[in-house]
Amino acid sequence: MYAQMIKSEATQDDPEKLAAFQARIDAGEKIEPKDWMPEGYRKTLIRQIGQHAHSEIVGQLPEGNWITRAPTLERKAILLAKVQDEAGHGLYLYCAAETLGISRDEMTEMLLDGRMKYSSIFNYPTLNWADIGAVGWLVDGAAIMNQVPLQRTSYGPYSRAMIRVCKEESFHQRQGYDVIRRMAEGTPEQKKMAQDALNRLWYPSLMMFGPSDKDSVHSAQSMKWKIKMNTNDELRQKFVDQTVPQAEYLGLTIPDPDLKWNEERGHYDFTDPDWNEFFDVIKGNGPCNADRLAARNKAWKDGQWVRDGMLAHARKKAARKHAAE
Amino acid sequence: MKNEWPLWEVFIRGQHGMSHRHVGSLHAPDAEMAIKNARDVYTRRNEGVSIWVVEAAAITASSPSDKGPLYEPSESKVYRHPTFFDIPDEVGAM
Repeated sequence: MYAQMIKSEATQDDPEKLAAFQARIDAGEKIEPKDWMPEGYRKTLIRQIGQHAHSEIVGQLPEGNWITRAPTLERKAILLAKVQDEAGHGLYLYCAAETLGISRDEMTEMLLDGRMKYSSIFNYPTLNWADIGAVGWLVDGAAIMNQVPLQRTSYGPYSRAMIRVCKEESFHQRQGYDVIRRMAEGTPEQKKMAQDALNRLWYPSLMMFGPSDKDSVHSAQSMKWKIKMNTNDELRQKFVDQTVPQAEYLGLTIPDPDLKWNEERGHYDFTDPDWNEFFDVIKGNGPCNADRLAARNKAWKDGQWVRDGMLAHARKKAARKHAAE
Repeated sequence: MKNEWPLWEVFIRGQHGMSHRHVGSLHAPDAEMAIKNARDVYTRRNEGVSIWVVEAAAITASSPSDKGPLYEPSESKVYRHPTFFDIPDEVGAM
């Protein structure tokens, strides 16, 4: 999931208004930007949608890394389209967050100086072409788990952004599976690369859903407000159940010796990721945290003159038109 | 950061014969760029045959608190719907 550990903000609003608001949500009504909403709902959503948007944008970096080195022109065109979609997803989400009273530039600045986060997964590197397959298959697969239920979230603009995202996300996962399938069915060396990518990205993908429910203290309020639709463990289980047969089809092995089907539960039992590693990555100590933030800061700084220049040009044109009238 | 590009609302005609429909918003320095950006952000999969953009600041919207006074009066005027009237079967389709 692209938003992790979103703390629900406390709310100190008129209890009567709060009750009426909750009744609207319970009745399945959508909350729209100009409607009254508790301050905590607004702030939690800004943080959650903002983090989701930042994840889409930063998520372009590990994949963009391989655009120039894609093995064929077709793969290159496909990867380019996928990375362009990620930019689009970021923009849909920024616009949804902006309806809550924060500007796009404010959110960008908060990402750049570390006040806002993006998903832990993008702090891992893409070392080779097999990783591009694994990212599409596992990372986008995990993201879909979370995004599909969020189409029903209570906040109208967020829900509509998720509907657009989900329409496009399936292409991402399928292209990833197609890349890794081609490698798994290739030469022994290629198959080894596919297995190696799965080995390295499996646990970071499981971390995407956030800490275990027993350690996840922020869920209750968000679930009541329908801005979080499932618990972290529910989604993680669903992801494992869906992914194991896909790996089996490829002849690849999930790097978990304790993974096995539990007939009684009707689910796979599996090993949790190393949560110390997760918290360390969140704190900024993952393999690529510094690189990712440096790349975003550089892009923002290097683009400043373009943004300023285009705005100056637009203002000049408007003034000239005004003078001519 | 005072130089943020203005916000534009984007409307797209999905197919010939349909009306333009709001799809989202984006930032752009001027209308021309807003159309170009809208094409990239909102029509990557043939979602449109025509795009409108309008600066978000130029839109006037009704207020949610006016919902009662604006829309309740029509609730009691059921005779505005054709089903209000009974037409004898013998008369045929009307």
